Amino acid sequence: MKDLKTHAGFPIKPIYGPEDLAGRDVERDLGRPGEYPFTRGIHKHMYRDRLWTMRQYIGFGTPAETNTRFKYLMAHGQDALNVAFDLPTQLGLDSDDPRADGEVGRVGMAIDTLADMEEAFAGIPLDRVSVSLTINGMAAPITAMYFAVADKQGTPRDRVVTTPQNDILKEFVARGTWVYPVDPSLRLVGDLIEYSARHYPRSNPVSVCGYHIREAGCTTAQEMAYGLAIAAAYIDMMIRRGMDVDDFAPRVSFNFTAWGKIFEEVAKFRAGRRLYARMLRERFGAKNSKSWMFRALIGGGGSAFVPQEPENNIVRGAYIALAAALSGAQTMALPTYDEAYTIPSAKAQLIALRTMQICAEEAGAADTVDPLAGSYYVETLTNQMEDAIQAELAAVDRMGGIVDAIKSGAIQAEVARQAYRFEQALASGEVPKVGVNCHVAEGAAEADPEVELYTFDPKVAATQLSKLARVRRERDDAAARAALRRLSDEARGSTNLMPAIVDAVKVYATLGEINRAMKDVFGEHKEPVQW
Amino acid sequence: MKVLIAKPGLDGHDRGAKVVVQALRDAGLEVVYTGLKRTPEEIVAEAVQEDVDVVGLSILSGAHVPLSRRVLEGLRAEGADDVRVVVGGIIPPRDVEALRALGVSRVFPMGTPLPDIVKAFQGELDAGRT
Repeated sequence: MKDLKTHAGFPIKPIYGPEDLAGRDVERDLGRPGEYPFTRGIHKHMYRDRLWTMRQYIGFGTPAETNTRFKYLMAHGQDALNVAFDLPTQLGLDSDDPRADGEVGRVGMAIDTLADMEEAFAGIPLDRVSVSLTINGMAAPITAMYFAVADKQGTPRDRVVTTPQNDILKEFVARGTWVYPVDPSLRLVGDLIEYSARHYPRSNPVSVCGYHIREAGCTTAQEMAYGLAIAAAYIDMMIRRGMDVDDFAPRVSFNFTAWGKIFEEVAKFRAGRRLYARMLRERFGAKNSKSWMFRALIGGGGSAFVPQEPENNIVRGAYIALAAALSGAQTMALPTYDEAYTIPSAKAQLIALRTMQICAEEAGAADTVDPLAGSYYVETLTNQMEDAIQAELAAVDRMGGIVDAIKSGAIQAEVARQAYRFEQALASGEVPKVGVNCHVAEGAAEADPEVELYTFDPKVAATQLSKLARVRRERDDAAARAALRRLSDEARGSTNLMPAIVDAVKVYATLGEINRAMKDVFGEHKEPVQW
Repeated sequence: MKVLIAKPGLDGHDRGAKVVVQALRDAGLEVVYTGLKRTPEEIVAEAVQEDVDVVGLSILSGAHVPLSRRVLEGLRAEGADDVRVVVGGIIPPRDVEALRALGVSRVFPMGTPLPDIVKAFQGELDAGRT
């Protein structure tokens, strides 16, 4: 019989039985759904009361183009938005910055000023739609723009539901949209959490991401462990800043992937939920049960998709949706089958949305709470995963804690090592991939996949540049300069920078100018390359 | 053979670049890695200073054509025409020829098996040159 292992490295037996759970206190480990420690899910009735939110990741070209795609998906039943920004925006460069050349509007929409944000959300009622903003290094100014648009639409502040990603620590490990050094970057994360808790009580000011670290190559257990360690670092920082844990923890959320082996993924989330609940209650002393809940967007997983026979990725997406549903996701987003090649087409986006709808409406995955509970295999895996996550957390502690391990590059080196190991396992066939290293069709490698390719329109940059020039020309320049000077001054001190950023945004200071006002004080991050 | 693996532009996805660095080192090649977000000018300067034989550009943002062009032009301007340039990342099939026409020696689109990349570096790079 062939030896099999989970992605976390546990050997998988052909049969599991009651003996695998002997000696465990099932009542303590599982509890009831909606009750501490939430192993079985954070709500009593889960999807019977409210289905997961469907939130595809969208954004390309100009704000106007993105606005059109938003409305297209909303017309087909998507109930929330997940905004992609181009790289210059993510890094705080204006579209006319020389370093932005060739990248304007390419992997997301370009935002230079509040005027762009107004256009992106024109005709979209922000008191009724929840909007995720995939923005990190620039989370403070971009969220300030979002708040300003909501204010202009007349949305009451307690009706604004937005989730800026605002997870800078994982950007230093994976994805790379850092700008400032680690410490001032953390200060900005904290400023946004604090400001949101005070003024926008239903906004979720940080979404802690294991997802990107897993996409960069780490194991399932590491994904959960690093995510929990990063969440703990933010919570610890906010408590040190003088906030009560229950004033912000109920609004902390997570973003994780679910590609891979379905039962292992489910076990990862069940174990993660109970570890997080215990951490919040026992270590941080949270008393509000909402603070103990691991609320998660689950999905993604484009790294599981391959360009060979791309339609097979639709099937892979369906299994990810199933795993996410069985894992108790609050929100779901799927990669599109064409992602290994191109900016997703409207058709591919719709198929991803339909995949989630079929999973919910036809396949029965949403019919009852935590349907795999009591499975000898899944309960055993959940226990094993809990132990493995704790072992990885102990390893992080040995590296000096997550913040120091990120500053030194130790975590980044470990993730790169795991990515290489995984690639070797793919090359050897130890990890099977249909159409790639097994069941390879004759001539498939040479076949031109029939995927509709997104044609990048060079006019996007020109449109964006002329709009930026017009905004600069028409704004009250003295007011913009004064707001930027105040921001630089406050950056030198230790007050919360959000009010200064919000004021700068409202007088149409550009994202690049706001970034520069802070960079002049904070400096730039130097990447530790441990090679 | 000495290789510079580089991340030009603003793209922060470095999994592929770091995997290739490790694989080439295991194959006995000398490899320098630039880290993220280098300008084409910085990459050219580092290639010349380190006296490498090959520059490998990893680009997943879609900006591969303009970025590769600027690196190739920069190398020519420095008189380093003999440095070969290869490109890996999310490269749609229709852009492979465009990159080759610019003077890129080899293109490794998404999904290229790692052993094929290593083999190409181990002396077969020229075979694919037009």
